[in-house]
Amino acid sequence: MGLKAYTGEGWLLTKMEELINWGRKRSPWPLPYGTACCGIEMMCALAASYDMARFGAERPSFSPRQADVLIEAGTISKKMAPILRRIYDQMAEPKWVIAMGACACTGGVFRTYSTLQGINRVIPVDVYVPGCPPRPESLLYALMKVMEKIEKDHPLRALFDREIGQVDLRSCP
Amino acid sequence: MSLKDQVQSCLGPLVVAVSECQGDLSVEVSRENIKAALSKLKEDPGLSFDFLSDLFGVDNSELYKKTAAKPAKKAEAETAPEEPPKPQEFPPRFEVIYLLLSLKTNKRLQVKVRVPEENPVVDSVVSLFKAATWPEREAYDMYGIRFNGHPDLRRLLMWEGFPAYPLRKDYPLEGRGEERHLIYD
Repeated sequence: MGLKAYTGEGWLLTKMEELINWGRKRSPWPLPYGTACCGIEMMCALAASYDMARFGAERPSFSPRQADVLIEAGTISKKMAPILRRIYDQMAEPKWVIAMGACACTGGVFRTYSTLQGINRVIPVDVYVPGCPPRPESLLYALMKVMEKIEKDHPLRALFDREIGQVDLRSCP
Repeated sequence: MSLKDQVQSCLGPLVVAVSECQGDLSVEVSRENIKAALSKLKEDPGLSFDFLSDLFGVDNSELYKKTAAKPAKKAEAETAPEEPPKPQEFPPRFEVIYLLLSLKTNKRLQVKVRVPEENPVVDSVVSLFKAATWPEREAYDMYGIRFNGHPDLRRLLMWEGFPAYPLRKDYPLEGRGEERHLIYD
């Protein structure tokens, strides 16, 4: 029964996944992590004129435990890197990361001993936003890309693999 | 009386050298006398340099290397190549520069101390200027110049346990990968 759930006939369970994705997609609460001038652009995107809340990023969550999308906006120094890693670890699954700006993507112009050369050396990144700093529209586009990614997710598949993958297929009726 | 004369009469024999560049006066003092000199400049009623606007280190090693390379080439071209080039005498590698401001007369003064590489220790001026606390920590962090009598001489910008002094000229710009244990452990 469980196996059929995601090989085609499990209509109920695939619809369940769609429902979960729909819910997640419409409320990607961001964790604003502004460390440089990109932070100002991020504030602008969150504020009234660009109004990121239109896309469901309703409440900037300043606690990592209640956030879905980490928006890393700005330069990360090597001294800061372990702190960023810890904040990422504190976020509850499922979680997504937007690297906003040249510094967060690659280190930008700061190719020095003190600057981390891209946050993907410390945490996995879902969407990169180029620009120095990017305009608020770019951040909105990145958020929409995250929403697309959420839509394609299979939140129940891992659960099925864990629970039912152990069962010997030949013993199924 | 010009500021130069005033400063010279105030410090007297403590002055090692005086120079003026584009209207900015710079006084060099020997390493042992820095605290005495700054307190004299602070207490002097006519000068009253009572505000330390900045304090920083300088590494002159690259500058000395360049000046050493230039005359050697000229000598080779002019004279016979058999003569070995004489090793030049240079002042100590590091400098600590104190930028003073008098809130009374609105005059500025630069005080300089030369610090040798083998024993980079200077007396701390925190007891005179509390504003020196963080700049002295920064100079320690970036150049490894230690300040005698500083209340809390820890690194300011780099993390605890960073194994180098990054603003020294022999340190590579992109570092030596010291962050590895920080990030991946």
